[in-house]
Parts: sequence; C-alpha cells; structure tokens
Amino acid sequence: MKIDFNLNGVQVSVDKDPLSRLIDVLREDFGLTGTKEGCSEGECGACSVLLDGKLVTSCLVPLGSAIGSRVDTIEGIRDTKLGSIIIESFANGGAVQCGFCIPGMVISAYCLLSSNPHPTEDEVRLAISGNLCRCTGYDLIVSSILDASRRLA
Amino acid sequence: MDIKDPIKRMDALAKARGETKYLSDYRFEGALYSRMLRSSIPRGRIVDIKLPALPEGYRLITYKDIPGKNALQMITADWPCFAETDVKFVGETIGLLVGPDRELLQKLFDQIEVEYEAQEPAITIAEGLACKGGAFLNGNNVHCSLSLQKGEDIEAVFSRAYRIVEQEITTGFQEHVYLETNAAVCTKEDGRFVIYASAQCPFYIRKSVCGLLGLKPDDIIVRQTATGGAFGGKEHFPDVLCGPLLVACYVTGKPVRLVFGREEDIANSVKRHPSRVRFKTALDKDGNILGMDSEVVYNVGAYLASSFVVLQRGCFHVTGCYSFPSERTKGIGVATNTYPSCAFRGFGAPQTLFAIETHMNYLASLLGKDPLEFKRRYLIKKGELTITSGPIIEDVKLVQMLEQVLKASGYAEKSKAYAIGSGKGIGLAFYNHGGAFTGNGESAIIKAHVKLVKHLGGPVEILCGQTEMGQGFQTALRKIAAQVLEIPPETVIYDNPDTSRVPDSGPTAASRSTMVVGNLVYKAALDMKRRIDAGEDGFEVETVYEHPEGYPWDQSTFQGVAYLGYGWGVCAVEVEIDKRTAEPVVKGIWTSHDVGHPIDELICHGQVNGGVVQGIGWASTELLQNIGGHFKQTSLSDYIIPTSMDTPTMSVEYVDNPYPWGPFGAKGMGELTFNGSAAAYVDAVSRAIGKTINAIPIPSEVIMDYMLDKEASR
Ligand code: FES
Ligand code: FES
Repeated sequence: MKIDFNLNGVQVSVDKDPLSRLIDVLREDFGLTGTKEGCSEGECGACSVLLDGKLVTSCLVPLGSAIGSRVDTIEGIRDTKLGSIIIESFANGGAVQCGFCIPGMVISAYCLLSSNPHPTEDEVRLAISGNLCRCTGYDLIVSSILDASRRLA
Repeated sequence: MDIKDPIKRMDALAKARGETKYLSDYRFEGALYSRMLRSSIPRGRIVDIKLPALPEGYRLITYKDIPGKNALQMITADWPCFAETDVKFVGETIGLLVGPDRELLQKLFDQIEVEYEAQEPAITIAEGLACKGGAFLNGNNVHCSLSLQKGEDIEAVFSRAYRIVEQEITTGFQEHVYLETNAAVCTKEDGRFVIYASAQCPFYIRKSVCGLLGLKPDDIIVRQTATGGAFGGKEHFPDVLCGPLLVACYVTGKPVRLVFGREEDIANSVKRHPSRVRFKTALDKDGNILGMDSEVVYNVGAYLASSFVVLQRGCFHVTGCYSFPSERTKGIGVATNTYPSCAFRGFGAPQTLFAIETHMNYLASLLGKDPLEFKRRYLIKKGELTITSGPIIEDVKLVQMLEQVLKASGYAEKSKAYAIGSGKGIGLAFYNHGGAFTGNGESAIIKAHVKLVKHLGGPVEILCGQTEMGQGFQTALRKIAAQVLEIPPETVIYDNPDTSRVPDSGPTAASRSTMVVGNLVYKAALDMKRRIDAGEDGFEVETVYEHPEGYPWDQSTFQGVAYLGYGWGVCAVEVEIDKRTAEPVVKGIWTSHDVGHPIDELICHGQVNGGVVQGIGWASTELLQNIGGHFKQTSLSDYIIPTSMDTPTMSVEYVDNPYPWGPFGAKGMGELTFNGSAAAYVDAVSRAIGKTINAIPIPSEVIMDYMLDKEASR
C-alpha cells in the first residue's frame, strides 16, 4: 500500500505494509540510522521520534499511523536552533558516553524544551524517564538539558 | 592546562547527532541473515535435529562444518563453538541458520525441531556443589579453586578466640544491559576473513576463533565498530557470535550478519557471577577482630572461559579496604547448568566487596558498636599486607575521602537522627579496585605494545588496540598524547582499532587502559616530542610495557604484590522507605574517589555516576532469576534497570594521589565506581527497616518480606 507522510519536513511516499514498524521504514527504507533499536518493545526510548510533535517509540508505531502526519527524527532536528543547542550542551556537558541512547534522549529533550523551555530538574528527569541509559547514571544528561534551557534566549 | 580540566569529548557530537554508525547501521552488500539455534534444555543429549526443507541458499551450520578445532579460545578453551552431542545449558549454540531473506529465514527457523534426551540439571551454587543429577565436570563440579592465608594460621586464631561469628552473604545474577545488543558480521575482503563487531577486545576475537578454521590469529582481521556499551559483556562474549559467523562465512563464501534482539540477548548472554560468601570471624573479648576466614563460591555456569581469573580477583578483594592480623580465604568456581558467567565491571571484586562491607556492619551491630568507628580501625595503610601477603605500596587516603563524604552528606547527624527501623537510613561503604592485570600479568601475559606515528608533514596518530565503548578513552588517550606533544587533542588521529593496522596493546578491560596503555602512549609521546623538537618528521615510536622492578608476584601461589595501584572509594547513600508499600526512595548519594590524578574530571564524573547507579541497580531492582535453567526476566519490562527518576543528582569528589607509573599520575577507575554503592545502599535500607540483609538484590517485594519477617520470596 502507498503511504504518504511528511518526514523531517519533506513530503515522502513509500509502498509498504501499513503494519510495518516505523523504525524499520526509517532505518531501512530511508537510511535514517540515527534512530536506534534498543529493546523493540517500547521500554528503552532509543527509537524515539516525534509524530506530529508528540514523543513516540518508533518500534511500536505501525507505519500506517504516520499517514498524513509529520515524523521528525534526530536527522531532522539536529540542525534546528533548538536541536543544535541541545546537542551542543550534551557534548559540552559530558552527557554522551557510548551514545546509543543519546539520539533518543536528544529527541525527548527537544520535545520537552519545545513546550516547556525552562523546566525544573524534576521535570527534566520525568521527561527522560522513558529513555534508558546504562552508561551515565543520567546526572550529566539532566544537567546538560538544564544548560540547554539556560542557553535558550 | 592541568590534564584534569575537562575538554569536549571527541565522540560526543557525532553520537548526539545520530551520525555515529554502530554495527546494525552498516549495510553489507549481499550479506546473509542468521539465527542462532540454541539448546532449550539445561542438560542432556541431542538426539535429532529435524529441519524443514531448506530452499536453495539456506543452510544450517553446525559443528560438522568446522574444519579445525571446535573450541572458542577464551582464557581457557572449554567452550565449544557449536554443541556436538551434549548440551550443558539453556542457550548453548547448536547451529547457525543462514539465508538471504530475513522473514523467510525466521519462518524456517521456527520450524526447526530439536529432540533431546534430558538429564537433571544443577542450577544453583548449592545444587552444583551437591552434584545434583550427577557431576558433569571433574567428578565434583569444581571448575577452579584457590586458597590464600596471611599472617598467623587461622585455625590457631580460632582456637584462642573469645567469640566466633559466622555469616553467609549472597548476590545474584546481573545482566549488563549495554544499550546496543550484541552484533557482528563476518565477511571476506581480498581473500582474508574480516570480522566487524561491537566488541571490547578485537585481538581476543581473532585469537579465539582462528582455530575453528585452523588459521593463525594474523590470518583474520577484526575491526571494532562503534560500541554501544559493554561493561565486560563484550569482553569475551563476542567470540560466541564471531565463531559461528566465521564458520558460516567460510562455508557459504558470503558475508553473514548476526544482530541479537533484546530478549535474545538477555536470555542468551553471559552475566555477573552469582556468589555465596561465608565468613567466619574470630573476635577477642573486647570485640577486636583477630582473624577472618572466608569461603568464596562463584556460580561459573557450564564452561570456565574467563572465570578462574574472576574468582581470583574476588578472593584478592575479600578483605576489602581492611587489614586483619590473620586472614584466610578459599575460592571455588562451581559448575552448574546455567549460561556461563563472565566479565562484568568489577570482575569478581564487587561480590566480595559487598560481602565484606555487609559483614563488617553485621559485626558492628552484634557488638553494639558504631559501624563507621568499627570499620575505621581496620582500614589498610601503606606498607600493610593484603591477603596475598604483599604490601600496599601507595598512600591510602581513605580517611581524607571519608571526611569529604561525611561533610557533604551530613552522615554523622543523619545516622544519629534516623533511628534504626524509622523508615529512614543512611549507609556508607569503603571499597577499592586493584588496577590492571594481577601481579606481573601485564608483563608475563599481556605484553602491551603501542605505536605513535608522526605522519610526514601531517598529524600524529595513535595505534593501539584499545576500544571506545562509552568510557571516554578515545578522548582520554588523545589528551595524554596531545598534552605531552603540546598540540590540540582534536588533531590527534585515533580510530577504532583494526587488528591488521594496530599493535596488540591488550584488552580494554581490567581498568588498565588509562593506567597501562595510557602510560605507554605518554612515554611514546615524550620520545616523539624530543625528536620533533630536534627537527625530525615522518617517523614512528613504539613502546612496550615493562613491569617495575621490586614488586614480586608468584602466579602459581598467588603471593606477592597483587596490584601496584588501587583505585579507592567511599560512598554514602541515604534512603527513605514507604512503610506501607516498602518502596525505597534514594534521597542522596555522596562519593569520593582516589583515581590517582584524573585525566579528565568530566569523563571521570560520568564514570562515577554510571558506575554508582549501576551498583545500586544490582543491589535493588535488578532481579534475575534462573528457574530450571531458564532466565525468568528476559526483557526490559521485567528486568528493571535504574531510570532517571530513581536516583538524585549525586555528589562527586576526588582526592589527588598521583600514581608514579600512570600517565600524569592517573590510575584506573571504570570498575572502581561500581564496587561500593551496593553495600552503601543495602546498609541504608537495612538501617531504615531495622533488619539484617545478607542477600541482594532487594527489590521492594523483598524489602516488604524483610519488614514482615517473611522468608518467602527472598
Ligand atoms: S527500541 Fe523502541 S523503545 Fe526500545
Ligand atoms: S550513553 Fe550509553 S546508554 Fe546512554
């Protein structure tokens, strides 16, 4: 079936089973490998993307739910103003270790700061609570998101 | 600039932008997919393998396809690449089904039936030691053992002791949960086999698998791909993927790829060894410790692989940060029909360090003494002997570190204010970690080499086998070279290792990379600097590890200086427990570490955060049961690791204690940071609920049982 949606601001179309997982379409059909697969069951958040601005785990989203919608991945947000501020804060703040959880973390941070540019530490912790990280213990990710928030004029 | 001043990590931007490629992000032209066929029973004999009709291009690779020796050459070579007739644990590799179409491959895979003749398995430490179902190894199920005795003979000490206190302490399995699951590809390039893998130790892989095809290590190239976490779980374990892939590539002549799913990975990979430590401590009438005896048993699983070395390290750390007049320990690695256990951050030390701290707290409570005051009297000092009868050869700054933690945490006031059993508690632990390989292992076994290249008219390049797996080594090592050469660190080239290009500098393990390999690069850089200053260009400098004289070690008796330098730590944890739900809330974490002189304080900070939280996970929510040979928790919805909501921002401090043989005075630290938080956490919980806790993990259901004095689910 032909499926049309907006991917990172560009109108795209794929011919696929609407039950295909969004993560596979992004990674395999569009080569957008910044979206990572850590668990395949909605638990780790490594596959996070934005579906019409809402945070979703793309391993659980069937392609069909993207019809007529907008999907933003790490590749789409990384050069936006907010995206690059977050990424810069992550890099300067020691938030990145093995990096496998990080694109998903950046997406979650982007989603949070888009709607709440000046969150408290508790709000930051809550916003990334669906993103598992085994390396960092989260502290430097949290402080980097708070740093990005401060840098947002 | 002081080397410890943080710089931006070299790998951070590309990772955060989603540009870094991990193994599953690469496309290999014409690669076959593969699925591992594994034993579904813990012990028995394979009677028959029934295959569906396999279309052209699909094939089940088994031991019969191996032209060389069917063994993975880890530290010992007892783990076969493919099971032949006997299977000894659930998950043991029987075959590798390969083929071009992923979905069809899965369909075919689901139709394979293996018929077994099952035997009664031994799963727990007790069952292994009791040879349940009949011994399956050496007539007694003992894979390995060792004994150590320091000072006066412990039996003589017991005979004059006023009081003897015994305690048994146990710890459970722990899964690594590197966020990137295990993955590898084997292909052929220009007539040579090339393996790409998410791995810690590329040189281990080639050594381990080459014998399958009757080849030499040099005949195989291993290239590390960006590795999404490892923690020891990708030290030897990648061999279990790469062996079958190599055979499949040899048989089919095609590239073959294998990427584990998460459930597959948790159910079928190595774990932290479950442990049982029994202490027997001799006291005089004033409550002074005269001597301590211990028996350390680790559940090794079906194959030994690297576990004897893990057990040794466990025994070397069984007296923790303390020194007693007489010490004895006996270590046993028991064979069971569980997935073999292997390296995991701390490599055997966390289990015994948890045990000794918990035992010291128990002794203090029996004697009615303040646990901190009780422990302080026995803290080991420079020149005192460890359990291997060799001296500590550096200043031990635990007292100074303790002061930092006491001040930051308000420990003294809180431990007075929170009555035992009040629902609030603060706990504290001392811990250490011997740096690098034990004794003279670095010179006798590893013999690390590194090369530093000054490209003609171009940049400086580091050539070594050390891998980045998240710990920050690509940044740390560049920083070391750059600081000596007085050049910007980002101009130094240091790629993921390719075994055909770089010398073998030993595994990225044992907290040795900064301490040992970093120092080789440091020395090479000094030499290079001298030659560049003299006008030279276009040359290489190679350095080789030499063990300092005067610190003897005997690997056959385990006597002497086990470690030239230790990392040291103090950690306090505060908890509050909801009396109704038994749900614990971590209210604060305060730490101080001696890592020599830090190479980059921000990288170290991240290691401290990650290690401490992983340790609390091990002690609290990370329950992993093995029922009848099968792991019960095999997904991230039932194997629970800490989230951002589980721990508050922690306090991180250091003491400076430059290590004479480390680059800029640095010592190892990656494992150290894991070694103490479990004991501090359990101490806090135990005080909050007023119960002695001698087994971990303690998820809230178990805390509830303790509160209700129920034995049931413990
Ligand atoms: S891969 Fe989708 S949530 Fe883990
Ligand atoms: S940085 Fe490794 S999992 Fe988060």
